[in-house]
Amino acid sequence: MLLFILKRLAQSLLVMAVVSAVSFSLFNFVGDPVNNMVGQDATREQRAEIREKLGLNDPILTQYVRFMGNAVRGDFGLSYRIRRPVDQLIMERLPATLELVFVSAVIALVVGIGLGVYTGIRRNTFLSRAILSISLIGVSLPTFIIGISLIYLFAVTLRWLPSSGRGGTVDLGWWTTSLLTLDGWRSIILPAITLSLFQLTLILRLVRAEMLEVMRTDYIKFARARGLADRSIHFVHALRNTLVPVITIIGLNIGGLIAFSVITETVFQWPGTGLMFIQAVDFVDVPIMAAYLCFVALLFVLINLIVDILYFVVDPRIRLGG
Amino acid sequence: MTVTRTLAAALMTTAMAVPMAAQAENVLRWTSQGDALTLDPHSQNEGPTNSMNSLIYESLVSRNYELVLEPELAESWEAAPDGWTFKLREGVKFHDGSDFTAEDVVFSFERALAESSDFKEQAKAVTSVEVIDDYTVKLITDGPNPILANQLTGILIMDKDWSEANNVTTPQDYAASEETFAVRNANGTGPFVVESRAPEELTVLTANPDWWGTDLFPGNLDKIEYRPISNAATRVAALLSGEVDFVLDPPLQDLKRIEAADGLEVKTAAQIRSIFFGFDMASDKLRSSSLEENPFKDPKVREAFNLAIDKDAIQRVVMEGLSFPTAMITPPGVLGNTPELDEQFGFDPEKAKALLTEAGYADGFSVQLDCPNNRYNNDEKICQAAVAMLAKVGVDVKLDAIPKAQHFPKIQNRTSDFYMLGWGVPTLDSHYVFAYLLAKDGSWNATGYDNARVNEITQAITTETDLDKRTALIDEAWQIIREEKPYLPIHHQVIAWAMSDDFDIPIASDDGLRPRYVVKK
Repeated sequence: MLLFILKRLAQSLLVMAVVSAVSFSLFNFVGDPVNNMVGQDATREQRAEIREKLGLNDPILTQYVRFMGNAVRGDFGLSYRIRRPVDQLIMERLPATLELVFVSAVIALVVGIGLGVYTGIRRNTFLSRAILSISLIGVSLPTFIIGISLIYLFAVTLRWLPSSGRGGTVDLGWWTTSLLTLDGWRSIILPAITLSLFQLTLILRLVRAEMLEVMRTDYIKFARARGLADRSIHFVHALRNTLVPVITIIGLNIGGLIAFSVITETVFQWPGTGLMFIQAVDFVDVPIMAAYLCFVALLFVLINLIVDILYFVVDPRIRLGG
Repeated sequence: MTVTRTLAAALMTTAMAVPMAAQAENVLRWTSQGDALTLDPHSQNEGPTNSMNSLIYESLVSRNYELVLEPELAESWEAAPDGWTFKLREGVKFHDGSDFTAEDVVFSFERALAESSDFKEQAKAVTSVEVIDDYTVKLITDGPNPILANQLTGILIMDKDWSEANNVTTPQDYAASEETFAVRNANGTGPFVVESRAPEELTVLTANPDWWGTDLFPGNLDKIEYRPISNAATRVAALLSGEVDFVLDPPLQDLKRIEAADGLEVKTAAQIRSIFFGFDMASDKLRSSSLEENPFKDPKVREAFNLAIDKDAIQRVVMEGLSFPTAMITPPGVLGNTPELDEQFGFDPEKAKALLTEAGYADGFSVQLDCPNNRYNNDEKICQAAVAMLAKVGVDVKLDAIPKAQHFPKIQNRTSDFYMLGWGVPTLDSHYVFAYLLAKDGSWNATGYDNARVNEITQAITTETDLDKRTALIDEAWQIIREEKPYLPIHHQVIAWAMSDDFDIPIASDDGLRPRYVVKK
């Protein structure tokens, strides 16, 4: 067990190193930050001087080694754009993103599983077909369009919900939350739906397919023959056995939610890490981009590590085979 | 039962109290694309930052919404050959209660001239500041300066004692590893005080009750709530849904929709920014062309390009009418622009073709046009239209439209043959255009244009105090430039503001919101 985790950890470190190296080499193509950092009347000499000071003239490898050296000591530098420490900025923005991801994941799970079970059992009703057709929208429409459409419907036309921003936040000292006030819930609901829609349809279709499969198996027929109630057959016997693949997919997709949140956060001006990343790309704010990519890589690596460990615990075949 | 009743009573009082509180205050809720990057007034010379900081801090001289100079912290001024004397406003207090005096002016200019300041180019006209008494200062200049007041509107005044106490006597250094106190804290003399600030979310400013101008200006705002919204469609949605009262930068294609909505209106004005193409006319060979020589060295080719591009069609089709086609690279409102100089060259593809043939390019040639795609109104579309128009006279233009962070370095590093650039003029004086775009060593002059007389005039007008003579010199330079065409002018930009008609918000050509003139009806 310990050896297994150590092996996985070593692999994770390798992945992190590769991700940071690749992302760092990409910054060369994003453009020159200096032009954004000074006013239009700065002279060419002043620009050259800033480049020199920031070490932007050094070879990319030197810059990378310097970045990693500082990062290992927990120093990610100052943002070029806002002139504040990057780790502090990310920590300030993280609660907004994590809450958004959490609420979306809950919506995707509850609604996705519910509808999946329904369409799996009553597969020939009109409602089932309607749900399946509509769910195609969730898979095929880009997040951007969904977000804007929701804003126009619920904020502009009906005026039920705010169009953007994160209202009603409560500062708990180490965490700012919008889940404790009505205003906070009103502002999180549209972005959360937007972000969840893709995952929701994915889960819906997965659960439905699994349900169809399971409902044909012998033990369901026997359960029926034993005269058990439908409800108990559907939710205790059938659903339980469909959940194994669903949990795997969700685990892997939490990372995807965080990545997709970049677009959702931009559309809804949600003040999380995704919005900050987009603004950093626009400005060529290298310290923020580098730290954010490392952070996301770390997140993916951690999630995968946890999933691997869970497999190890759950599935005896891996233990024996390993 | 009692609990329910108490609860109901509490709810009712809350419900009643909220609209009353809202009525008692005039709150302007507004948005634009970006948030201020810092509250340090000398650290970033950038639109949203200047706009936020000029609510909190003030300069000696400022411009009203018609861009006329008006006294701010200085009450009057007088020019002399060795510098200008400013009489300061008495009785002005900083937000923390301390007095504004001559010492603060000396300190602020020193700070604006510091190595890490982003305003040192603007402030460099002032070599030092001499204190005459507590409320009189003399800004010493290097020789006579006819337009010093124009150059000072961006230099905001800080409190010396506050800056010293908080260890922010210089703006933040790029290479520093810690943020300074002034990034998130401010102490100015301005009409608004920061009440709360969450960067990229919401900044709330309340009216400064002790502001010297409270009774002098028509504005009646008690509070300003600024919420940046980076996505243009979301910005418009926030206005349509009534969540904000004012959008500084609505996308041009949405203006009709906004005007059609109840209770909203759109105002437009000519902006102090012109859009044009530059030719590299100095290199011996173009980088993106197969030709052995540089065709842009030939004035006939530059004229042909000018005639081949139909600026009126660009205005009509690409800009939906929201631009002023031009033959000049600086707009009306800037000293030097005259209707005669701005008279268009006309659109004449036949003549353009003839000129190209005369120059020896009957079969045309190929060249790359470098263009930003996220900087100016419809920048990429303008370039696409120009490519199609130039194709009709036989020039094969390859378009490279890229983000500004990659585009502008090409101009700075002089690696572009043919490029789009826009230029705004904060001083409203042609010197700012000559010095950066037309003089031989101008930092944005990537054309390589080098005309002895233009260089001479650029120098001469910095010290010529006879204003008629000076204006004549400026006019002479523009005549030469009109003749030699180192740039291909397209149009002057138009700005559009969208607002609720509960407010009277005067639009300004420099795109700056001036809350001291904003009236809630």
